[in-house]
Amino acid sequence: MAEPLIPRPDGPAESADHPEPAATAPVLEISGLDVRYGQSHVLQGVDLIVNRRPLSLIGRNGMGKSTLCNAITGLVPAFGGSVKLHGHELVGLKPHEIARSGIGYVPQGRRVFASLSVEEHLRMVARRGGGGWTIKKIYELFPSLQARRRNGGTQLSGGEQQMLAIARALLLNPRLLIMDEPSEGLAPIVVEHMIGTLHNLAREGVALLLVEQNLGVATSVSERIAIMVTGTIALETTSAELASDEATQRRYLGVSTHIERIDTPAAPAPST
Amino acid sequence: MPKALVDLLTVVLNGVTLAALYFVVASGFTLIFGLMRTTNMAHGSLYMLGAYVGVSAYDATGNWLAALVIGFAALAVVGGAIHLGLLSRMAGQDLRQALVTIGLSIIIGDLLLAKYGGLTYQIAPPAFAAGSVAIPFVVNGTYSAYRLFMIGAAVAVYGSLWLVLNRTRIGWYIRAGIDDRDMLSALGVNVSRVFLFVFALGAGLAGLSGVIGATALSISPSEDGRYLLSSLVVVIVGGMGSLEGAVIGALIIGLSEQIGLFYAPTYSIFITFVIMAAVLAIRPQGLLGRPA
Ligand SMILES: Nc1ncnc2c1ncn2[C@@H]1O[C@H](COP(=O)(O)OP(=O)(O)OP(=O)(O)O)[C@@H](O)[C@H]1O
Ligand SMILES: [Mg+2]
Repeated sequence: MAEPLIPRPDGPAESADHPEPAATAPVLEISGLDVRYGQSHVLQGVDLIVNRRPLSLIGRNGMGKSTLCNAITGLVPAFGGSVKLHGHELVGLKPHEIARSGIGYVPQGRRVFASLSVEEHLRMVARRGGGGWTIKKIYELFPSLQARRRNGGTQLSGGEQQMLAIARALLLNPRLLIMDEPSEGLAPIVVEHMIGTLHNLAREGVALLLVEQNLGVATSVSERIAIMVTGTIALETTSAELASDEATQRRYLGVSTHIERIDTPAAPAPST
Repeated sequence: MPKALVDLLTVVLNGVTLAALYFVVASGFTLIFGLMRTTNMAHGSLYMLGAYVGVSAYDATGNWLAALVIGFAALAVVGGAIHLGLLSRMAGQDLRQALVTIGLSIIIGDLLLAKYGGLTYQIAPPAFAAGSVAIPFVVNGTYSAYRLFMIGAAVAVYGSLWLVLNRTRIGWYIRAGIDDRDMLSALGVNVSRVFLFVFALGAGLAGLSGVIGATALSISPSEDGRYLLSSLVVVIVGGMGSLEGAVIGALIIGLSEQIGLFYAPTYSIFITFVIMAAVLAIRPQGLLGRPA
């Protein structure tokens, strides 16, 4: 199940310690982003930069993580501030324009389409011609989707729905992938598989903003970690620091138990 | 063949051809109301407008197919304008949509009355479906070729819509957009444009059905209510948004109306609504509808 997921691109893989210069150039620059739902001021001046090295955003329930994702993708209107993709202002654009400018979104709860089969999902998004992701490559990445290609979106297991949500975002050939709690409700072995996929995507040069509640997943996917508290970025740190700093964990995440990094093969677990 | 059987077969054939008309009329309503959940109480008026456009187009061209195409195209444009100008601004607000479209149907009805008066018009059937066809088991041994042609038209409309919805990218957009509009837009699809297309297509089908109906029966003012009602019943009995459901719904209504008219004329309308009430009592989502 945890086989390599994406054919590695040609050429030597860069080491995390010596990234090529472009890896740290900003892909997404969020500054002073404000979002309100009526009277409640849910995002209060969010500043965050995403480059080509994966970034995890963590924080407790209701802190505004999903709202940030929805504001970036244009699904909720920004009240103020700026979001730039490769220097291009996104605030004020329609969601479909933002998606076309290179952002793939894997939302919380997957949101696969109930009345479309797996194959219809993929063919709907796949563009003819051009390079990049094709349905064939998607099926190589997620063989179980191919096996269930005639099944409806909601007839899939949680893990398969997650694969489908990732697959349809990838078919847009995004420059930035935003994933909101992809590990939610998945069995450990499926999560491990997904982490492998994310590593490979990052290696292919796709920038990744990962929202997680599961600190173990966040620290195994990314070196950089941002913590959100009531609508602002309270702290930016590294996986290593956060993993060893229980006081910070307790303070911002309300966790006091030992957090295990999920980077070694887990014990066999029931797959979803 | 015994007369009673010949009568029955004739009534059934009448019911099926009427069902064909009801299906074609309701097909646009299935898209707009059943699938897109836009409360369009002006559907009967769009039918009527299409019929009168067909009458004028037939007068001008003398060509039935041209009248059909013009009826479709004109109503697609009208529908697109209604969607852009009014209904897309009140998405999800059923009550407002209902009020606005009822107002619209009054305006359309009065405008048509002003232009065409209270007369009854009928469009001559095309040459390929004129006259009658010999059918041994019906009364008199012949049957209207045009009414048989309507069955073919209904099959063609059903087949085309099925293909669009299931085999084309725009059809996937439509179904996905109805499931989760925001998610579809986050995949780079301009959902407003997709819904505009659906509304224009649905209104165009209403116009097309007006031309077909004005040829089969006739058109006169205040027929809008009848076709709105039949479309509502077809879509609700069949199940919101189900094309197959609309076929079954149309067959039930067409057959019950004709059978009632022949065997119990006093109760004909009553029977239709008893069937509708019975279906909804057992399956509130309609025969082939998905539970909400
Ligand atoms: N559509 C909405 N209308 C009003 N308030 C909302 C809406 N969506 C979210 N909120 C509120 O905004 C705040 C932030 O919600 P958000 O979903 O962004 O949190 P989150 O960090 O993603 O939480 P979780 O980890 O539980 O997913 C919450 O207090 C929530 O109640
Ligand atoms: Mg959330």
